[in-house]
Amino acid sequence: MGTTSEALIVCEHCDTVHQRLALSRGEVARCARCGKVLQRHYRLSTNAMLALIVTALIVFVQANMWPIVMLGLSGQHSSSTLWGVIIAMWREDAGIVSVLVAATLFFLPLLKMLQLGWLLWFARQGRRAPGFVPMMVGLHYLNPWTMSEVFVLGALVAIVKAHTYFDVTPEPGIYAYAVLTVLITVFAGIDLRQLWRTPEVAA
Amino acid sequence: MNALPRAAELGLIGCHVCGLVCRDAHAAAGAAEVVACPRCGVALHRRKPASYSRTWALLIAAFIMYIPANVVPIMRTASLNDIDDNTIISGVVELWKNGSPNLAIIVFTASIVVPMLKFLALGTLLVSSRRGSNWARQQRAGLYRLVELVGYWSMLDVFVVSLLTALVRFSVLSRVEPLPGVIYFGLTVVLTMLASMSFDPRLIWDGKDTDD
Ligand SMILES: [Zn+2]
Ligand SMILES: [Zn+2]
Repeated sequence: MGTTSEALIVCEHCDTVHQRLALSRGEVARCARCGKVLQRHYRLSTNAMLALIVTALIVFVQANMWPIVMLGLSGQHSSSTLWGVIIAMWREDAGIVSVLVAATLFFLPLLKMLQLGWLLWFARQGRRAPGFVPMMVGLHYLNPWTMSEVFVLGALVAIVKAHTYFDVTPEPGIYAYAVLTVLITVFAGIDLRQLWRTPEVAA
Repeated sequence: MNALPRAAELGLIGCHVCGLVCRDAHAAAGAAEVVACPRCGVALHRRKPASYSRTWALLIAAFIMYIPANVVPIMRTASLNDIDDNTIISGVVELWKNGSPNLAIIVFTASIVVPMLKFLALGTLLVSSRRGSNWARQQRAGLYRLVELVGYWSMLDVFVVSLLTALVRFSVLSRVEPLPGVIYFGLTVVLTMLASMSFDPRLIWDGKDTDD
């Protein structure tokens, strides 16, 4: 072996060295020592992944443009988009929360999808995209901080709480968010480290 | 143990960002400088640097934030002749009383059980790994995976308060305002997430003689 090896996998959670396996459909390789998933077989081609990301991006734009819920109280109505939420928290002196919401629900998910789209667009042609290395490293670090799926559950809780006092009408934004959550769940099972194996030529 | 060799024993390092398995040049040369991963360029470490002290520091900071997060109200509902301040717990109780016990359980799990689980689990992992204990290693590894998986769902209540603040604005009739508790709670979630990221689960499997 040279200074690096593609044939081996080191378990991130316990440091055990394993041989990389050729998995067949639906198979999952787990660490023999600690049980962490080491490899998963990917049912999706690069094209399918790209299509998924583009769809998610379109749904994301809609989820952010459209109002999420509308409340009614004695003839008055009030609705809000995600940005309405971010601005409201800023104005109510909860700047830290406002920044947290903007980061975990808007900027980081958007950045993640744009980067993935860019990387997959080139991966489709068997190439590494310009900026491949910094983007892949960046994705590794921002991945745990995207929380759209938590927001959907939060919206559900908010609706139920508001329902006691107001007339609640779901608006298109909430449905867009629900679709987005499904897409994110499908995508969450994919280990993007496979992209590292695209050759370095023509970067 | 020979059937399951560990990277450190073989003089190998798995890159924590891209997963590439590299020869541990640092160990081979006996040099003190940090070596970069040839594929992604990040610094290679056999174990996350200063994992114990960083994780303890973040966990303690998170716990300090967690006390006001529970004591201080997170949300005020003001209507014509009534002001109602809710803490995390009273919000759960209200949800239960208003006929949504299922949702109350979900919020209780995300806001109370998950943060407590993180404090107890990471505390247990830190103490037992420091001792080089070989007690229930499989289960402790599973516990760490659970903490990583569910950690960010605690942000639920922060999003609920934010959304209600934006929606309930009927001038004098009814308004919702965030109260400082929600800021403390948001910080608790962020700090516990950073704590679980800085803990190195490989320490669970290291013996007494391993440095950190
Ligand atoms: Zn393992
Ligand atoms: Zn690397």
